[in-house]
Amino acid sequence: MTDLTNLTELTIKEAARMLRLRAFSAAELVTAHAERIERLDHRVKAFLRFTPELWEKQAEEADRRIARGDLGPLVGIPMAVKDVLCVRGVEATAGSRILSGFKPPYTGTAVSRLFAAGAVMLGVTNCDEFAMGSSTENSGYHPTHNPWDLDRVPGGSSGGSAAAVAAGEAMIALGTDTGGSIRQPAALCGVVGMKPTYGRVSRYGLIAFASSLDQIGPFTRSVEDAAVVLEAMAGHDPLDATSSNRPNDVLHDFDAGVKGLRLGVPREYYDVEGIEPGVKAAIDKAIKSLREAGAEIVDVTLPHTDYGLAAYYIIAPAECSSNLARFDGVRYGFCQDGQNITESYERTRRKGFGTEVRRRVMLGTYALSSGYYDAYYLKAQKVRTLIKRDFDTAFEKCDAIISATSPTVAFPIGSKTQDPLSMYLCDVLTLGGNLAGLPGISVPCGMTEERLPVGLQVLAPQWREDVALRVARAYEVASGVKAEVASIPSPLGGEG
Amino acid sequence: MDWEVVIGMEVHVQPTTRSKMFCGCAVGRLGDPPNSNVCEICLGMPGVLPVINKAAVEACLKTALALGCEIPRHTKFDRKNYMYPDLPKGYQVSQYDLPMSINGFLEVDGRRVRIRRVHLEEDTGKLIHAGDKLHKALESFVDLNRAGVPLMEIVSEPDLRSADEARDYAVALRTLLRTIGASEAEMEKGQLRAEPNISLRRVGSVELGVKTELKNINSFRALHRAILYEMSRQTEVLESGGTVVQETRGWSEAEGRTFAQRSKEFAEDYRYLPDPDLPPLEIDAAWIEELRRALPELPGARRGRLVSQHGLPAADAVLIAADRELADLFEASVAAGAESKPVANWIIGEVAPSGKIPTPEHLADLVKLVTAGSITRDQGREVLMESVETGRLPSDIVREHGFVQMSDESALQVEVEAVMAANPRAVEDYRAGKKQALGALMADLKKRAPQANPRIASDLLLRLLG
Ligand SMILES: [Zn+2]
Repeated sequence: MTDLTNLTELTIKEAARMLRLRAFSAAELVTAHAERIERLDHRVKAFLRFTPELWEKQAEEADRRIARGDLGPLVGIPMAVKDVLCVRGVEATAGSRILSGFKPPYTGTAVSRLFAAGAVMLGVTNCDEFAMGSSTENSGYHPTHNPWDLDRVPGGSSGGSAAAVAAGEAMIALGTDTGGSIRQPAALCGVVGMKPTYGRVSRYGLIAFASSLDQIGPFTRSVEDAAVVLEAMAGHDPLDATSSNRPNDVLHDFDAGVKGLRLGVPREYYDVEGIEPGVKAAIDKAIKSLREAGAEIVDVTLPHTDYGLAAYYIIAPAECSSNLARFDGVRYGFCQDGQNITESYERTRRKGFGTEVRRRVMLGTYALSSGYYDAYYLKAQKVRTLIKRDFDTAFEKCDAIISATSPTVAFPIGSKTQDPLSMYLCDVLTLGGNLAGLPGISVPCGMTEERLPVGLQVLAPQWREDVALRVARAYEVASGVKAEVASIPSPLGGEG
Repeated sequence: MDWEVVIGMEVHVQPTTRSKMFCGCAVGRLGDPPNSNVCEICLGMPGVLPVINKAAVEACLKTALALGCEIPRHTKFDRKNYMYPDLPKGYQVSQYDLPMSINGFLEVDGRRVRIRRVHLEEDTGKLIHAGDKLHKALESFVDLNRAGVPLMEIVSEPDLRSADEARDYAVALRTLLRTIGASEAEMEKGQLRAEPNISLRRVGSVELGVKTELKNINSFRALHRAILYEMSRQTEVLESGGTVVQETRGWSEAEGRTFAQRSKEFAEDYRYLPDPDLPPLEIDAAWIEELRRALPELPGARRGRLVSQHGLPAADAVLIAADRELADLFEASVAAGAESKPVANWIIGEVAPSGKIPTPEHLADLVKLVTAGSITRDQGREVLMESVETGRLPSDIVREHGFVQMSDESALQVEVEAVMAANPRAVEDYRAGKKQALGALMADLKKRAPQANPRIASDLLLRLLG
C-alpha cells in the first residue's frame, strides 16, 4: 500500500493518472480524504454531513471501472457537494433549519452526471442559508473557517465547498453562484472556482435562491480540473427549460495561451471603492504577467456598475421571496404548529429561517407588491438590460475581462455580520457577471503579505467558457501561481 | 324601473392531455387514490423545475383559433404568489399580462359573445377537512393529484344578459371544445368549471353595477339556477336600498342558494412575477397556420350548412350540430343515400337518446328500409338496436327475422279474414254502426301479423267490413 499522506494534495489530473497506473485505488484515495477530514474538519468545519455509505459504494464501483480499463477523467475522484444540491436520500437543507431532516427523493442533474462520470461523494458542505451571504456565517448550523487563517471567513455563500478544496478535504467541490458565491470564496480560499454561463449547467436539483441568476459550478485546485468537471456536468437537460443545447466545447483551444488576445480592464472594477492595497498589488502583478505572456491589455468601461448592486438586491430578493414560499412546514422539513394554518406558517417561517433570509424575503415581497412593482422590480430589470449592454460594448473591444474577484481578502469572522451593506459589497465585482449571465472564473493570483490568498477574475462573453478557461490557464502557466492545499497548524503544535 | 342583469363568464377547462402542465405525471381521473399521481415536481419539492407541456399549449392554441382570438407572437408564464396548503410551491403558474391569446368571440344563438382572453395555467390540489372550514378544522388532508393539471382559462366580456344566455354560452363552449378535440369538457368530472360574475343595473343604464362571482357550480342546471338565485338576491338588496358587496360567493346545490365566501375588501396582492424558470414562448407562425388548417368545421358553421345544404329545420340543425359525432353520422348517412329529414328524425329520436352510435352505412340502410315501407317504424327500432349490438347490416337482420312488411294484398287478405272470423262480435258491432270496433280488429291484426303494412291492411279491412 502506498503512503497516503499526500494523496490529498493531488490535482484531479494527477490522481486520475495514478489511479490508472494502480499507484493507489479509488478506495485508498477516498480513505485518504476521509482521514484528512477526520483530522481537520472539526476545525475548518467545511462539511455539514458525510456520506460514508455512498463513498464506499461509489469507490468500489470506481475501482471496478478502473479495472475494466475505464479511462474517464473523474472515475474515483472524491467530491464534496454544497448543501443546496439534491442527492437522493442525502439530507439537503440549504444551510437552513427550515429544511432539517429533508431527504430529497431524487438526485439533481449536475450531480447525477458527475456520479455517472465516476466521482465519489464525500459529503455535504456548509453554506450561507439558501446561499444568501458572502461569508458562510449565515449558515443555520455553524460558520466555516478559512483554512489559511481559521479566524477568518472562507467567503460565501459556497464557503464550505471552497474551504474543503483549499484544506485538501476534497478534490472537487460543487458550489452555486448567484452573485459571486463560487468565485468570491474561491478567491478568499485560494482555489479555482468557476461560474458557467447561465443555462450551461442544468439547475434541476438546485434549491433555488434566485432562479434567473443561479448557476452550479466547480471548485478545484487547477484550471484544467475545473474545465474537466464543467464539461462532465454541462449540457442541455430536458428537465430544465432554461438549460441550453449549445455545443459543450469548453476545452476548445484550452492551451492556446493569451498571445494575441485582448484583455479588458474595466476602470470601474480596477478602482472599485474599498479595494485593498494588497489585492490591487496582486492584480497589477497578474496584469503584468499576462501582458508578458503576449496579451494586449485594453481599457474598457462598464458605466452602470454602480447600479448593479442595487438592481441585484431587488431582483435576487424578489425571486427568492417567491422561491422560498414553498417552505411552509406542510410537506417536509421543520414545522412549528399554530392555532390555525396562518399561525403555523408564521411560526414555522419565523423560527425556521435565519435573519438574512427573512430580510431578503421581506425586501423581495415589498419590491413585488402592487404599487411598487414598476418602481423596483421593473426598474431593476431595466438596469439589468443596461448592464448586459455594458458588457456587450466592452466585449467589442476585448476578448475577456480581468479584475480582482473580491475587493478584499478574507476578513475576520464576525467583522461584517452587524452590517449587511458592507457584506453586500463583497459581491460588487462578481454580480455583474450574474446579471449578464456571463461565464466567470476565479484563479489564485498570489498571497498578500499576511499570507492570505487573492483571486483573479476572468469574465468572458456568454457561452465562451473556452475563452475564460484559456485565459485562466494561460495565467496559471505564465505566473506559476498554483492553488495550494493550506497547511493547517494543529493547536498542539505541528502541522495538519 | 326594471333591472337588467349583466353577466360575464370565466370558464376553466382541462385540455385533453396525457400528462400534467409541467411534469410527466398522468392527469389521472376523479376517484384515483389521493396523492397517487404526483412526483417531486408537482409536489413542489426543493430544487425542481417546470417544463411546459406542448400538448396543453396546442390545445389552448386550437381553442383560441376556434374562438377567433388573436395569438400574439410572444407569450410568457407568471407566478401568482399566495400561500395555501393546496398550492405546493406557494405560487400558481399562470399567465398575467401576456396571455396566449386575446380578443375572440363565441357565437351563441346567432349573437356574438366577446372573449377577452384564453390562457393556460395549472390547477391546485384539493383539501379535505375533517370538520368545518380550514381555519376551524381539527385536521385537514391534502390531495395533490390535481396540482399541476393543465387548465385553460376562457374569460368572456360581460356580454350575457340572462341566465338562459349564460347557460347557452357554456353549452356552446362545451360543444366547441369537444368539436375541436381540445377537451372532453365534462362538467361532472370537473373538466369544465364555469364561474359567472353577475351584476344588476337599471335598464337603459350603461354603467356596470357591483358584481359578485359565483363558484362551486358543477352542472349547466346549477349554473342556470345559481344565476337566477343571485339575480333575485341582488334585486332584493338593491330594492331595499342596500348595496351589493363585491365578493366571491359559493353555490350550495343542496340549499339552492349562494353564500358569501371571500370579500374583495381583503383582496390579496398576488405579486405577479414573470416565472424565471420558464423562458418566454415564441409561438411559431407556421405552427399556428398548421393548427388552423387542421381545425374541423366549427359547430356554428356546420349548423348553417345543415340548414342550407341539407334542408333541415333550424331546430334539428341545432341539435345535430351540437355533437360532432352525430353531425358526422348525419352527413355520412345522407352521403350513403338516405333521405336527410328521415335520417335527422332517426338521429334525434333514436340514436341520440340511446347514446349508441350505428355506422352511417347501417343507419342509411335502415332509414331506406323504413322509408320504402319494407318494415314498420317499430320494427325499425328493434332492427337498429340489434344492428348496433351485433354490428350487422339492417337488411340482413330484417331478412333473417322475416321482418319484411307484408304489402301483398292477397296474402294480407288471408290474415284479415282470419281476424274477422276470430272476432265475430266486433264485426257485428262495426256493421251495427259502432265505428270504434275497428280499433280492436286492427289491434288483433297487428298481434297476428306484425309485419302487416298498417295502411294497406286497414283499407282492406274496411272494404271487407263494408
Ligand atoms: Zn408530477
